[in-house]
Amino acid sequence: MLQILFDALSLGSLYALGALGIALIFGVMRLVNFAHGDVIAFSVFALLWPSTDALAIVFAGQLPWYLLIPFVLIVGALLSVLCEIVVYRRFRHASPATMMIASFALGFVIRYFLLMLFTSRPKSISLLPALGQPVEIFGARLPLLQLITIVATICILLALTLFLRRTRFGLEMRAAAENFSMARMLGVRANNVIMGAFAISGALAGAIALIFGSQTGTLDIQMGASVMLMAFIATVIGGLGSLPGAVLAGFLLGAASVVMQVFLPIDARPFRDAFVYGAVILVLLFSPQGLISARGTKERV
Amino acid sequence: MTAASPTMSAQAVPPSAVAEHKPARFALARKTIMTPILLSLLLVAIAVLTYLTGSRPFNQTVIDVFVRVTLVVGLYIFIGNSGVLSFGHIAFTCLGGYAAAWLTINPIMKASALPGLPQFILDLRLPYWQSAVIAAIFAGVAALILGKVLMRLSGIAASIATFAVLAMINTIYANWDSVTGGTSSVVGIPIIRTIWPYLIGAIIAIFLAWAHAISRSGLALRAARDEPTAAAASGVDIPRERLVAFVVSGAVMGLGGALTAHSVGVVTPDTFYLGLTFITLSMLVVGGMGSLSGAVIGVVLLSALIQILRWMEAGISIAETTIALPKGVQEIALGVIMIVILALRPSGLLGNREVTLFQRKRNR
Repeated sequence: MLQILFDALSLGSLYALGALGIALIFGVMRLVNFAHGDVIAFSVFALLWPSTDALAIVFAGQLPWYLLIPFVLIVGALLSVLCEIVVYRRFRHASPATMMIASFALGFVIRYFLLMLFTSRPKSISLLPALGQPVEIFGARLPLLQLITIVATICILLALTLFLRRTRFGLEMRAAAENFSMARMLGVRANNVIMGAFAISGALAGAIALIFGSQTGTLDIQMGASVMLMAFIATVIGGLGSLPGAVLAGFLLGAASVVMQVFLPIDARPFRDAFVYGAVILVLLFSPQGLISARGTKERV
Repeated sequence: MTAASPTMSAQAVPPSAVAEHKPARFALARKTIMTPILLSLLLVAIAVLTYLTGSRPFNQTVIDVFVRVTLVVGLYIFIGNSGVLSFGHIAFTCLGGYAAAWLTINPIMKASALPGLPQFILDLRLPYWQSAVIAAIFAGVAALILGKVLMRLSGIAASIATFAVLAMINTIYANWDSVTGGTSSVVGIPIIRTIWPYLIGAIIAIFLAWAHAISRSGLALRAARDEPTAAAASGVDIPRERLVAFVVSGAVMGLGGALTAHSVGVVTPDTFYLGLTFITLSMLVVGGMGSLSGAVIGVVLLSALIQILRWMEAGISIAETTIALPKGVQEIALGVIMIVILALRPSGLLGNREVTLFQRKRNR
């Protein structure tokens, strides 16, 4: 039972972090960032030398953990900001649909750039191997990694909340998410806020990449796609643009996946994700604005 | 008083005016018929040219072009007319492709590879054109069921829900081993090597798109795309008109799926996933989402570009040294072109215009 709870929490953490990264960007510029999943993949592939072998040639991965973690986070943040400067800046005034397709295309560019350097073969790597050992808590044997994932996610969420509530930059960002043009008129610098949002979102992508990579032990250029899809769904269910909603929905999706994994009949288990997507469409039908709808994103007549 | 006036005027219209209303519809058809005819002629010209050169690899390339024309026109029917972006249409292509596989594979092979199929399908072996029609109907029915649910959403929620549909269908087809063969490929679909069936498929798609666009439902849908509030106030049932377009485009996507299956002889769930979604969407965007001509011309232009990049990936020999681009350049180039076009010309190369013989003055 405890095992199920922890499984749900750790899977939910992944989805929640992903959803947060997408919701942050959506909040400030109404962009549904389909490239997020590929930023996830890129930030962890930055640890490797380009090669075509199945066994990864580690380059920065041999750094001690207190250097390795910041390295991945910074790579994620840098790539994300770079995307903003090179591509999304051109689309500030475009319609959401246009931006959506542009980010979809950008994601493909990043993915095939990785494919060009690393080929499409998955690579095995042992990231942070010390985390694989099991620990015993309340009579349940859990991998240490799972515990750290949950704790790290909670820390990240707390830090982000503090940042958004207590600092000037956070205040500006929240103001921009609420009403972008009004915030600009009151002296919030648009470029700073947007680049800040992209940097945080990229760092979150790096965090996901680290957790995901050390959980599975393999790196795949497609690895961001599944997390990203669930993260999107979480942002939509949570109410687009609402950060608490995104986090809540992320954890809910994680819980739903784990619960279905446990309680579905064995024949139906491979279809777990299909059931989750189906459930999502149902939720959207009953509350198209999501569970917690953000102010300013409702459709107006 | 003002509320009563529409009924008053409706009663006041003499019967002759009602009779005159009908030719107006035909006038619209006459005015726009040149577009599908010209586009079809373009495809026929490509086909005849290919037939005359008689080169096998070129033949296969042109077949791919026709299949993609079918798919992109299918996408256009929904996205272009409704203005709602859909990432999920390739799911219907997947349904169509597998339906064609189920209906045409040799029963002996089918019994061993896909034992979970119902008995009557296991015994069945249809010619390819019948299977293509049934595949289209099957995908259309699936679109009707899913669309009934999806079309109540709008905007970004609708786009992401269509993405969820794509992922859902992909998960099901990748795991339902006894019926779809799981992630391994389903082989033994009869391969059709002549270009004519594909040409006919593409032309059918183009004329269907045209017929839908000038139909009552298509006109209402485009009105709803441009002015949702005004259209709804004038009595357009937006979810219903969207559903009609969704079903028609789903059926065309299914037809395209069947054509895909017969052109390569193999289907896998991954054939019909993000890669194909990306390529078809980019073709639609480059040509112009708002016009049928944009859809067709986008396919032709981008297919030519992809072919050139493929040759370069394979390597060009220039004086004993082979220069080859690394693999992946093709997709990167496509992505970059798409972003540049979106940034510079968001409505695509053709804008929202259609090709006609005589450029009439619009905006009358």
